[in-house]
Amino acid sequence: MSFLLVQALSGLATAATLFLVSSGLTIVFGVTRIVNFAHGSFYMLGAYLGWSLIERFGTTPAGFWGSVAAAALGAGALGAAMEAGLLRRLYRSPELFQLLGTFGVVLVLQDVTSWIWGAEDLLGRRAPGLKGSVDILGQPFPLYDLMLIGLGPLVLGMLWLLFNRTRWGTLVRAATQDRGMTAALGVDPARLFTGVLFLGSALAGLGGALQVPREAVNLHMDMAIVVEAFVVVVVGGMGSLTGAFLASLLIGQLQAFGILIFPQITLVLVFLFMAVVLVLRPHGLMGRAEEIPPTTAASLAPPLSAGAGVGLWAALLLAGLALAPLAAGDYALIVLTEMIILALMAASLHLLIGLGGLVSFGHAAWFGLGAYGAALLVKHLGAPMPLALAAAPLVAGVGALVAGWFCVRRSGLYFAMLTLAFAQIVWSVTFQWYGFTGGDNGIVGVWPPPWAAGKAVYYWLTLALCAGALALLRRAAFAPFGYALRAGRDSALRAESVGIDVRRHQWFAFALAGSAAGLAGGLYAFSKGSVFPTLMAVPASVDALVMVLMGGLQTVSGPLAGAAAFHLLEAEVMRVTDWWRLALGLVIVALVLLFPKGIVGFLADLRRRG
Amino acid sequence: MSRPGSRLEVRDLHRAFGGVQAVRGVSFTLESGDLLALIGPNGAGKSTCFNLLNGQLRPDRGSVRLDGAELVGLPPRRVWALGVGRTFQITATFASMTVAENVQMVFLSRARRLFGLWRPAAACFREEALALLDRVGMASQAERPCGVLAYGDLKRVELAMALASDPKILLMDEPTAGMAPTERLELMALTAALVRERGLAVLFTEHDMDVVFGHATRVLVLDRGRTIAEGPPEAVRADARVQSVYLGGDA
Repeated sequence: MSFLLVQALSGLATAATLFLVSSGLTIVFGVTRIVNFAHGSFYMLGAYLGWSLIERFGTTPAGFWGSVAAAALGAGALGAAMEAGLLRRLYRSPELFQLLGTFGVVLVLQDVTSWIWGAEDLLGRRAPGLKGSVDILGQPFPLYDLMLIGLGPLVLGMLWLLFNRTRWGTLVRAATQDRGMTAALGVDPARLFTGVLFLGSALAGLGGALQVPREAVNLHMDMAIVVEAFVVVVVGGMGSLTGAFLASLLIGQLQAFGILIFPQITLVLVFLFMAVVLVLRPHGLMGRAEEIPPTTAASLAPPLSAGAGVGLWAALLLAGLALAPLAAGDYALIVLTEMIILALMAASLHLLIGLGGLVSFGHAAWFGLGAYGAALLVKHLGAPMPLALAAAPLVAGVGALVAGWFCVRRSGLYFAMLTLAFAQIVWSVTFQWYGFTGGDNGIVGVWPPPWAAGKAVYYWLTLALCAGALALLRRAAFAPFGYALRAGRDSALRAESVGIDVRRHQWFAFALAGSAAGLAGGLYAFSKGSVFPTLMAVPASVDALVMVLMGGLQTVSGPLAGAAAFHLLEAEVMRVTDWWRLALGLVIVALVLLFPKGIVGFLADLRRRG
Repeated sequence: MSRPGSRLEVRDLHRAFGGVQAVRGVSFTLESGDLLALIGPNGAGKSTCFNLLNGQLRPDRGSVRLDGAELVGLPPRRVWALGVGRTFQITATFASMTVAENVQMVFLSRARRLFGLWRPAAACFREEALALLDRVGMASQAERPCGVLAYGDLKRVELAMALASDPKILLMDEPTAGMAPTERLELMALTAALVRERGLAVLFTEHDMDVVFGHATRVLVLDRGRTIAEGPPEAVRADARVQSVYLGGDA
């Protein structure tokens, strides 16, 4: 009994931190309608800043709490700077660009943090005056955690007062409900938004700084917390503070007790919980239907035409690529092989985004599932490569079929969040199921059999399989299936009123794209000889999005060019510098700033000017 | 194209939004050959009525039967499959496709070939689509993307799309809104001709009284969610209640 009570209390302490971070995220979303990936980075920076300050001044209670407050303010200032420098230019952009832009900031801040504080985990000082523990029904419970439990409701109360008792808070609430109106009221929206980003980021920084006495500060804190905060915000209802509070409590308890019942899959539980909530209560526990803006992809969509002579160009390109081993060395062939694999990956994602208007933030899950499907068959059953390669798209396709059933129930940002959640489920199973998948040690020794071991032979095999799959995807894009998918994107209302089952097409497209990505993953596993959980982590999904974005959404062949350009860039940058995250982050930020309306919008603007 | 007449029976529809009763007890019958105008001041419940008929909204109470089959509770695409076509007040077409492709999509949908993965969609039902576009006067613009069309042309594309499913009942929500006066009369003349040719039954809403009294075979007047008059145009025009609540000073 007392054990359960202590477990529940530690769930409450987790919930308090979760609430601090997710309240900031939900406030920022409510006003700016941007899902801010960098929110987790402000949490991490809050922790690092807090660590440094607490090391110097944290021996006295005043010094400790002053350090925590200063760290929160520092994170807030960074958030405000990001609003002024980046977000302000993205408010009218498609949500894909907003998500990517803030993710670029994540990458930049990761490398900057690593440059300042180093890659080692940092252990912080414990809070003076709160070092001990109290006795709760005979069980010890940390005093510091008890303080955190009280802090959650306190912050909720203060935020409530801020939003309901001050002029600034009233304006923020007004802006949350109707952005256009605030401008009409004579409020400078730019200053209001900067202020909101300051508040939201400071809350994240506060949450981070408060972690210093509890756990080691490290470079993985940002993604770990932001994904959890997404779940809280989505479950609670995007933009709702009380919803975030409620969801934090529920998820805190779910984690505290989940670890007792299913220690292997605590991460999975949280995401499953979110998926179930979204299916039962589509707008979250306290969310409102109108919180979600319609997706802007449709209005930017250009006509898609087959283009004359594409067949000829494709044949020439294919012939050129087939002849490459005659001239290229092993290193060049390896790069080319990977490029072709990534082209298939990007093309499969483009099927969802370009045709269906479905921005998936977890496409790497299916790539990884294919790779792991093939590698596990080899490792556990000694399957031959052809069988493993055939299984890759099947495994990924079935996975995508299951996830897709949930995901296509929602559109726009919620779709993106759901795909992200499912990718995290797949990732965390792989990461936590040590005995089966090898955890973060991955699976090694997945090499092609002797007949395909030569770089040239494997290259030809990859080329043949990928070219075939790409041809099929292209066929599907121009067949009634691809048209029906576009119809659902252009006008779901019209599509449904002429008998098109939009959801079923999206579902099927999700599975098709997933299995194509799975084939790419299977080929990737044998080309590298190993698989690791990072293949399906969020950054891998973002890489795929960047490829699609670089190639442009408007053509079916765009993603191929994008994948090639991206991979070359990555290979070259990684060769010359260790700071490739910084470089990639800056490229992403530059892309979304240069093409804030998407590449198509950019071209349309050019035409209008010209 | 002629076939045994169809009959849409609407009985006692009710629908509230929060505390507002948008539609309260609307009943009427629509038969092949009818061109029934649904009129009423703003907020009378016309668009709500449309959305209740094609399954976009679910009525709180009441029934909609097409040749005896209950439509209430079916999603829009099932209502469509049973023979109820619709055009929208604010046009909704597939902006990234050409005019012809928009109509081809409807043929593909009717033939249940939307999951085809191989044969290019642009080659399917092209002749049929062009023939229909010719009928509505859009043949010359068949290859233009819908995203760049003028509003009046979009209305005609919508009509062609609705006809492509060979509906028994056609619901047209303000079919001539945003059109020039001559265009309006042309489109309604076309609609009236189609009603005769195909034995269609059309229900339409309209603000332009010239269009209503020039083409409708019957008129149904709504006011604050209730039917206040129904009958031939002349009788409705003469109705004192209609004149007071709706036509007001104009009559």
